[in-house]
Amino acid sequence: MNVPAELKYTKDHEWIKIEGNVGTIGVTDYAQGELGDVVFVDIDEDLEEIVKEEAFGTIEAVKTVSDLYAPCNGKVVEINEKLADDSQLVNTDPYGDGWLIKVEIADMSHLDELLDADAYKEHIGQ
Amino acid sequence: MKKTAFYEVHKSLGAKLVDFAGYEMPVQYSSMIQEHKAVRESVGLFDVSHMGEVFVEGEKALDFVQHITVNNAAKLVDGQVQYSAMCYEDGGIVDDLLVYKISDNKFMLVVNASNKDKDFAWMQKNNKFDVELRDESDDYSLLAVQGPNSQKVLQEVCDKELDLGYYYFFNAKVAGVDAIVSRTGYTGELGFEIYFKGGVKAAEAIWYALVESGADLNITPCGLGSRDSLRLEMGMCLYGNDIDQTTNTIEAGLKWITKLKKGDFIGREALVKVNEQGITRKLVGMVADKKAFPRHGYEIHADGKKIGDVTSGTVSPILEKPIAMGYVLAEYAEPGKNVNIMIRGKEVQVEVIKLPFIKK
Repeated sequence: MNVPAELKYTKDHEWIKIEGNVGTIGVTDYAQGELGDVVFVDIDEDLEEIVKEEAFGTIEAVKTVSDLYAPCNGKVVEINEKLADDSQLVNTDPYGDGWLIKVEIADMSHLDELLDADAYKEHIGQ
Repeated sequence: MKKTAFYEVHKSLGAKLVDFAGYEMPVQYSSMIQEHKAVRESVGLFDVSHMGEVFVEGEKALDFVQHITVNNAAKLVDGQVQYSAMCYEDGGIVDDLLVYKISDNKFMLVVNASNKDKDFAWMQKNNKFDVELRDESDDYSLLAVQGPNSQKVLQEVCDKELDLGYYYFFNAKVAGVDAIVSRTGYTGELGFEIYFKGGVKAAEAIWYALVESGADLNITPCGLGSRDSLRLEMGMCLYGNDIDQTTNTIEAGLKWITKLKKGDFIGREALVKVNEQGITRKLVGMVADKKAFPRHGYEIHADGKKIGDVTSGTVSPILEKPIAMGYVLAEYAEPGKNVNIMIRGKEVQVEVIKLPFIKK
């Protein structure tokens, strides 16, 4: 199971990569494995803001549907358009081309409450 | 949890294993969608050893089968298979099953894993014909080889010419193992099912022989996930989803197996009444044109009211459209009608269509 050390994680299996005040958000390798084939990712194209711990979209996999939860407050700056044609990028490259959204992080202190890689590994029983 | 004779094979392939009807079964190996497409395009292998095999033997074996099932087993010749169902007195479905006629005095009934014990108890309770009933489920393994290339692949390791007609079977050796080979399946493709005893050794002999003979054709191990989406594209019922004790065979679209004139059988009186009075709801297929994922339990609405429930749904890997089956009030069951599936508070318009979703 791939859990990159440089990312932060939510208990709901989202990851966030922090570069300055921009965060790139996706779902973890563990999550995509549990979900199985992702059929589509449903994020409102007019989505402007995300609110920590609130759902900002859903991910529809063959087996089940799962809400996507925001790791922090932020303003949405980009939604991954590639997913519209190829949602399986979430399966094949969850930390790369399978990213979901980019946000301007509103409150950096929210990040302190997220899990680091070791804590996340423990959370998923690895 | 029980393990099938293929358990070590699944583990070695890195299958994702889940509890299904008390068995640790592979739900997928790599990707359900790829497995699904492999079966439509070439050939796939499914361990379905969790299914139940009950043997019925005795002078009145045919009478017994006629009494407990709704289809007309008297029409079967030796070596023929029939899709059928067992019903309760009220017409509700105990299980759907395959009836294998070995001879007038011997049948094999293949039932759903999750219903095995219930079914066997039901058969024993209704054994007015002094037949011998043997549940041999634990002794038999079952491997399904499905897809347009299934015959080619199986032929190479089978000692008999596979000239079986649809829904016929014979005894043959597969990879040296004594087996019942039938031209049946749950995918809508050309396909075969191989029943055999002999545990792990026999199972692995057959599995690896098929993997080898199918290597050029990209034979693909398939899990229960793709099995489900494949049967759904063909509009085939799954017990527990689309049919159960609260549904009868007429409203479930299984009138074609319900032979009301064959003579008396359990549930006949109730089913005759349903047939005469007309059904109030019907199992239909539905297709949507937009991005959506219908699932079991979602409500179906029309004209501002609830008119039914989705019983099975997916996004068809072949049509690349949302497809679903569900019961709707009879007045909405006509192909071409538009109704709405409620997906997390939103209405998604779907069109009622004539099953199957994929025409073969």
